[in-house]
Amino acid sequence: MAGLGPGAPRTVAPFDETTQGVTLGGAAVAAAPGVPEDGSVRRITAAREFLHFARGDRRVVVGTAVLVFFLVVAVVGPFLTPYGPSDYVGPPGAPPSAGFWFGTTTFGQDVFAQFVHGLRTSFVVGALGGGLAAVVGMAVGFVAGYRGGLVDEILNMITNTVLVIPTLAVLIIIVAYLQARGVLVQALFIGLTSWPWAARAIRAQTLSLRTREFVDLARMSGASTRQIIVGEIAPNMSSYLFMAFILLFGGAILIAATLDFIGLGPTEGISLGLMMNNAVLWAALQLGLWWWFVPPGAAITAIVGALYVMNVGLDEIFNPRLREL
Amino acid sequence: MGRYFGRKLAFYGLTFFVAVTIDWLIPRFMPGDPVQLMISRISALEADAVERMTTYFRAAFGLDRPIWEQYANFWLALLHGDLGISVWQFPQPVTSVIMGAIPYSIALLVPVIVVGWYVGNNLGAVAARRRWLDNRVLPLGYILTATPYMWLAIVLAWLLGSTLRLFPISGGYGFGLAPSLSLEFIASLLHHWFLPFLSLLLVEIGGWAIGMRNLIIYELEADYTRYLRALGAPERLVRHYAFRNALLPQLSGLALKLGVVVAGALVTEVVFAYPGLGYLILQAIINQDYFLLQGAFLFIVLGVLIANFVIDIVYVVVDPRTRLGLQGGNA
Repeated sequence: MAGLGPGAPRTVAPFDETTQGVTLGGAAVAAAPGVPEDGSVRRITAAREFLHFARGDRRVVVGTAVLVFFLVVAVVGPFLTPYGPSDYVGPPGAPPSAGFWFGTTTFGQDVFAQFVHGLRTSFVVGALGGGLAAVVGMAVGFVAGYRGGLVDEILNMITNTVLVIPTLAVLIIIVAYLQARGVLVQALFIGLTSWPWAARAIRAQTLSLRTREFVDLARMSGASTRQIIVGEIAPNMSSYLFMAFILLFGGAILIAATLDFIGLGPTEGISLGLMMNNAVLWAALQLGLWWWFVPPGAAITAIVGALYVMNVGLDEIFNPRLREL
Repeated sequence: MGRYFGRKLAFYGLTFFVAVTIDWLIPRFMPGDPVQLMISRISALEADAVERMTTYFRAAFGLDRPIWEQYANFWLALLHGDLGISVWQFPQPVTSVIMGAIPYSIALLVPVIVVGWYVGNNLGAVAARRRWLDNRVLPLGYILTATPYMWLAIVLAWLLGSTLRLFPISGGYGFGLAPSLSLEFIASLLHHWFLPFLSLLLVEIGGWAIGMRNLIIYELEADYTRYLRALGAPERLVRHYAFRNALLPQLSGLALKLGVVVAGALVTEVVFAYPGLGYLILQAIINQDYFLLQGAFLFIVLGVLIANFVIDIVYVVVDPRTRLGLQGGNA
C-alpha cells in the first residue's frame, strides 16, 4: 500500500509518499532556510518569515481564531455560570433564556454549564490523546525509518496491523471492561491506538532525510542514533511533526466523542459526546429540545474543522512550492 | 500476481490472529473480574452462596483451566462458530444475534462507501476545475468532514424526522410490520434506511471531495501533465489523466478509512435505533453483555479485513503496474 492516508482522523487528503496530497505534504524538508552563519539569527528570520506568511493566510488566521475562541470559552466558561454540569437547577426542558443561556435538559440541568465543562474535557482528551499518539508515532516512525533493515520490517508489520484493525472497535472492547473510566484513561487508550498513520508518514519523511549530507556528517562525527534523530532529523521536519500533531489532536477529539456517544464516556463528569448521548437517550429529538444537542456537535465540528483548515494553510506556509500555486 | 495476493492474505491472516488474541486477552487481563461482576448484580446473597456460584461460573466458562488451554478452547469454539450465549437476548447464541443485525449494517455501509467515494471524487474533480465552485465546495467539504457522524445524524433526524415528519427516526422498519417480502415492508425498509444513509453519505462525500481536489491540483503540476500540455493536448484530456492518476491514492485511502466509516455507521445506527451492529453494541454495553461485545468486535474486524482484500483486488484491476508485478507486493 503506497498511500498513507491519515487513517485516524477522517482526513482530508489521503496522501502518499510519492504524491503528497496537500494535507501533510512534503513541507518539512523544503522549509529549511539558507545557510546563515549564526543559528539564532536564522531562527529569528525563520520565525519572522513564518509570522509574515501566517498572517497573510486567511485559513491559518480563521482556524487559529476559532480555536482560541473555544479555548477561551473552555477556560473562562465555567466561571460564568453558577451551576455545576450535573446539578438539577432549573425547570425541565426549558429553551434558552437569560437565566439559562443554552436552556436546560429534560432533568433541568443547565446546558451551558455542561457545554463549557464538556469543552474542557474535549481539549484535554485532544491534547493528551493526540500528544501521546504523536509521541508513539514519532518514536516508531523515526526508528523504523532511520534504522531500516529488520527493525524497520518488524515495526512496519506492527504499524500495518494496528492500522487495519478498526480503532474504534478495539477501543470499545477495551473501555467496556473498565469499571471506572476517567478522561485520562480514555486519552491514554486513544493515544495508544491512533498513532499508525502518523508513524508511516514520519517514517517516509525520515527515509528521505537520512541520506542527506548533514546526517552523514553527524554520523561520521560519531553521533549516536538518538542524537542524530533528536538533533538532526526531527528539527528538520518539525513543521511536518507539528501538522501531524494537529491532525491527531482533531482525530482524538472525534474518537473520544464517538466513544462517549455509545455510552463509554467518562463515568464521572461530562463531555460533549456524553451530552449528545444523553440527549438521544432521553428523547430530546422527539421533544424538539434542540438546544441540548446542537451546541456540543457544533463545537466539535468547529474545532476539528478549524484544525483541518489550519493544517492546510500551514502546509502552504511551510512549503514554498505550494505557496506559488 | 499470485505472490501479491499470497502476501496480502498472509498479512490479513496475521491481523485476524492478532485481533482474536486481543479479543481473548482483554476480558481476562483487564482489571475487574467479569464473574465477580455478574454475581454482584444478583444482590442479597450469602457469602457461602457467592463462593459456590463463583466456582460454578468459573468452571462453566472454563476459567479454571490453564491459560494456554483456555486460549486453545477459545479458537476451537470460534472455528465452530460458537461465540457464546447472549445475555441481552438470552438464550440466543451470540452468532445468531449478530447474523440478524449484519444485513442492516451492510445495507448501510456498502452503498455509503461506494456512492460516497464515487460522488465525492467526481465532485472534487469538478471543483478543482472552477474557481467559483472550488470556493464553495472546499469550505463545505472541510465542515462536513469535521462533523461527528452522530451529530449530523441527530441534526438530520431532528430537522427531517421529528420537525418536518418526512422520515421515521427510529427502527429498521415500521412498528406494525413483520418482516416479509411484501411491497409494503420493502417500502418501509427503504423509508427507514434513507436518513441514516444520507447522514453517513454527506460526511463521506466531504472528505473524498477535498482529497480529490487537492490531489488533482498536485497532479496538474506533474511532469507528464507538462509534457501533455507541451504537446498541445486539449485541457479535457489533461484533466482526464490527472483524475485517473489521482484515483489510485484515493483507492488506497479508501482501505485506510474503512475503520472510520464503520465507526461512523455504528454511531449513526445508535442515533436512529437502526437494528445493525452499532445498535447491538449499544445494547451490549447497556446490558453488560460481554460475549455479544466480543462477538461484534470479531465480526467488525473480519468485515474490515474482507473489504480491504476486495480493495486490493480492485487495485490490481485498476492499476496495471500491480498487475505486471512492477510494484511488487507493496502497492
